Amino acid sequence: MTFRTLILGACSTLALAWSAQAETLTIATVNNGDMIRMQKLTDDFTAKNPDIQLNWVTLEENVLRERVTTDIATKGGQYDVMTIGTYEVPIWAKQNWLLPLDNLGADYDAADIIPAIAGGLSVDGKLYAAPFYGESSFIMYRTDLMEKAGLKMPDAPTWGFVADAARKMTDRAADINGICLRGKAGWGENMAFLTATANSFGARWFDEKWMPQFDQPEWKNTLQFYVDLMKDAGPAGASSNGFNENLALFQQGKCGMWIDATVAASFVSNPKDSTVADKVGYALAPDTGLGKRGNWLWAWSLGVPAGTQKAEAAQKFIAWATGKGYAELVASKEGWANVPPGTRTSLYANPEYQKAAPFAKMTLDSINAADPTKPTVKPVPYTGVQFVAIPEFQGLGTTVGQLFSAALAGQMSVDDALKQAQDAATATMKEGGYIQ
Amino acid sequence: MARKVTTRHKIVATAAAWAVALIIFFPILYTIITSFKSETEAIAGFKLIPSFTTESYREVQGQYNYFKPFMNSVILSVGSTLLALLIAVPAAWAMAFSPTKRTKDVLMWMLSTKMMPAVAVLFPMYIIFRDLGLLDSRIGLTLMLTMINLPIVVWMLYTYFREIPGEILEAARMDGASLWNEIVYVLTPMAVPGIASTMLLNIILAWNEAFWTIRLTTTEAAPLTAFISSFSSPQGLFWAKLSAASTLAIAPILIMGWFSQKQLVRGLTFGAVK
Repeated sequence: MTFRTLILGACSTLALAWSAQAETLTIATVNNGDMIRMQKLTDDFTAKNPDIQLNWVTLEENVLRERVTTDIATKGGQYDVMTIGTYEVPIWAKQNWLLPLDNLGADYDAADIIPAIAGGLSVDGKLYAAPFYGESSFIMYRTDLMEKAGLKMPDAPTWGFVADAARKMTDRAADINGICLRGKAGWGENMAFLTATANSFGARWFDEKWMPQFDQPEWKNTLQFYVDLMKDAGPAGASSNGFNENLALFQQGKCGMWIDATVAASFVSNPKDSTVADKVGYALAPDTGLGKRGNWLWAWSLGVPAGTQKAEAAQKFIAWATGKGYAELVASKEGWANVPPGTRTSLYANPEYQKAAPFAKMTLDSINAADPTKPTVKPVPYTGVQFVAIPEFQGLGTTVGQLFSAALAGQMSVDDALKQAQDAATATMKEGGYIQ
Repeated sequence: MARKVTTRHKIVATAAAWAVALIIFFPILYTIITSFKSETEAIAGFKLIPSFTTESYREVQGQYNYFKPFMNSVILSVGSTLLALLIAVPAAWAMAFSPTKRTKDVLMWMLSTKMMPAVAVLFPMYIIFRDLGLLDSRIGLTLMLTMINLPIVVWMLYTYFREIPGEILEAARMDGASLWNEIVYVLTPMAVPGIASTMLLNIILAWNEAFWTIRLTTTEAAPLTAFISSFSSPQGLFWAKLSAASTLAIAPILIMGWFSQKQLVRGLTFGAVK
């Protein structure tokens, strides 16, 4: 072997090593328990895929939304995998900003994804984001306070029952509020709750011709009912309360009922943080007998932006993070109760999961009770249960949320809030070219 | 004639100064207190005495590596400050000692760029950074922070330089000093308190900048502002962890400010009394 052969061999080895060096995926995500847990478990993925390294960018929800929108709209290519919600997926997929997930592997079993969740993440039958965890909303209630009030919560109550129970459970002297509901302004805060509630009252954001509907009696009934109920049985300063504030109130035993995301069940039933962990019952979100319940549907999902150069590796990662194997990995390391909920039918058929999560059945029933393609009693031209899947909704939803939050705080009347909401919605829809 | 200051006046003035200082410092103090609470305690309501748990610090450290964003903050704030001074000292010298009839307009124009909301130019800047390959780079962010703070640096130095008698520089010129020597050996030593306080203030501003540093970075150049931002959670309690992350992020700049407060005050009040 000559010296020249040795040099050539060394150069070839170096070149091969260079070409085989790890591909790095940059993943943008929100900070919540399930996502942080996934970051800690990624050694499993990198061990199975040594040629792929992962970089995480964790951001506050609104900043994340703004950043990924900027990056995807300008084709910045900063991210290879994005955490996006059910609201963004149909809009971005139609803009061709997302790649369809058609390379998730033979053993991925996409048919196992809960149909309601898959429906919200698909456009024209193609899946554009894979759900990491899904949620609906339901009632969490104090069994002891319900019993004390001489009532029994049905599995599927009406709003009438809930209002009556809330008023009976309220004990201002003992700092117990009959019901805690979202009041903080925002399209994903109070408007998520109020839009879903309005669906159950027969209201809708727009008619089939995109005409705003806040001047209709169904919205008046919804908002008046909400404001009156919160005045009689809600906590002080409710117009500032979002998910986290109500969670703290419920955990401290200050709420008789709380209607919010199903993922909250694992928090309120955790004795480490909740003083009422052993006294919590669950029921479907209420209705008014019109055929729609006041529950929403949401999934934090993983999508691949069209601008990425690493689509194959990105889909490999998504298949790992949202596959059945990941659920088993979490269960083996941290128990079945910590498996991300609301995405796969098989999880809810698993007896070990049912045992670890007493709220499992009610969660699945709630998710199945929501239909993002037919969210309202009357027909609508949009999809989305607690949102309207159009780009204008973020701004409009927040504007209307501010008006409704002001009505809850007593800063304006229900009628004024609805009139201003109607004006704002009409102006936005005209500006967007939906109506003349 | 000096006014007579009574002991009572002194006590009242001291108490008032302490009260104002406490009001200004209270948000930072309460952030530090909250960082030593449990999550449930943190959201429960106003409470000045925490349970002194260090759980949040352990979680913050366990979740992310503090050192990388810390080093990025140091590099970005010091780098952008030195670059800004390099540009601003000659600019302020020219405007202070060789003013033209347009000098005031130039100064006002520079300051007016600070009045524009940053979000208005987010998309153009993002595209420029993308095309120049500067997204998530320390060089790109250093340039951005330099540009953002340059108007303030020029204004502050201009104000300090105006306090230095022009006759001294003229005398140096008469003695044969070149322009370089005039700036480096005559002007700069006389303006050291002003330059030092400008430098300190600029480091603080760059350290705390949270719009561009979060939006133009992902992992490599992300400083402590991005580190803090990652602890806000849409679902789940996070105030104690967020406070712990904030305390870790502000601690270096707080310590630096504490040790350099004399220079900072001297510089900020430079020329205030004639």
